[in-house]
Amino acid sequence: MATLDILYFAWLRERIATPRETVDTAAQTVAELIQELSAQSERHAAAFADLASVRVALDQVLADIAAPLAGAREVAFFPPMTGG
Amino acid sequence: MTQMMAPLYAEGEVPRYARHIVLREIGGPGQARLKRASVLIVGAGGLGSPVLLYLAAAGVGRISVIDDDRVSESNLQRQVIHSQDRLGMAKVQSARIALAGINPHVAVEPIESRLDAAGAAGLVAGKDLVIDATDNLATRHLLNRACVAARKPLLSGAISQWEGQLTLYDPARGAPCLCCLFPQIPAEGLAPDCAAAGVMGALPGIIGATMAAEAIKELTGAGRSLRGRLLLHDALWGESREIAVMRNPACPVCGGTHGDSE
Repeated sequence: MATLDILYFAWLRERIATPRETVDTAAQTVAELIQELSAQSERHAAAFADLASVRVALDQVLADIAAPLAGAREVAFFPPMTGG
Repeated sequence: MTQMMAPLYAEGEVPRYARHIVLREIGGPGQARLKRASVLIVGAGGLGSPVLLYLAAAGVGRISVIDDDRVSESNLQRQVIHSQDRLGMAKVQSARIALAGINPHVAVEPIESRLDAAGAAGLVAGKDLVIDATDNLATRHLLNRACVAARKPLLSGAISQWEGQLTLYDPARGAPCLCCLFPQIPAEGLAPDCAAAGVMGALPGIIGATMAAEAIKELTGAGRSLRGRLLLHDALWGESREIAVMRNPACPVCGGTHGDSE
């Protein structure tokens, strides 16, 4: 098990209603982590329902959804913002 | 030389830049770079307001601004370049009036139009920096394609409710383009605009003023740019993050275009 800080931005934060949480997880990849998080609550499931435009950063470095977590301490999920 | 070069500054203009000129990182040479610079700002709304105000005040020589919208009452909560007595006026004309009041030595080119693919290449050509302060992702991607094709750096900011993000897209100089970072436009309704979702009034001030600072840095060569770094700022919870971002070699917009560049 690893303890991860999860950060949410824009509509992910809006749907989950918190900017960050700490989770204990056995997930090996970002995709597995998203599956676990989505099972936590309807809010999480709604936030991760459409992943097409969501990007992820592991320890503040851009990564793919398929990437291994590989000892990362912080996972940030962020989509493009549109407003100006 | 067969003729004298025209003076860079108008008579009496220089003293207004005194606080820049004493800065080691800008100085006289940096101020002259600002004066010689030509920038395109797409959008004269929330983000465009502080960008336009600060760049004109800073003495950027030529500022082109494109927007097809008119000033409405619901803009005034955050679009601080506009004013009550200019309600209904084209935003680019309202901006021109505001900028002339701050610094009459800046050549402002107001373009009352919506950016389209046909016009983008011509607008981007000859600019030292392009600034994306628009309010929709379709225009952002259109502008990105034009900047990639012309090898122009694109300083891009975006906001949503209480949060903002900004970076400097520049695949010709090693940084990703918009499509490397965000290849997919979100499905309808996922990323609502300011009218639908709301936006905290000072937020475009925070993000837009940071964009102005990054523009001044880029034009003068001061400090460290945002190439390859995406800043995320959450004003509601006081969280900021810097994400290292990189080019996607398979990017459909810039992937094959600048493969040999540094």
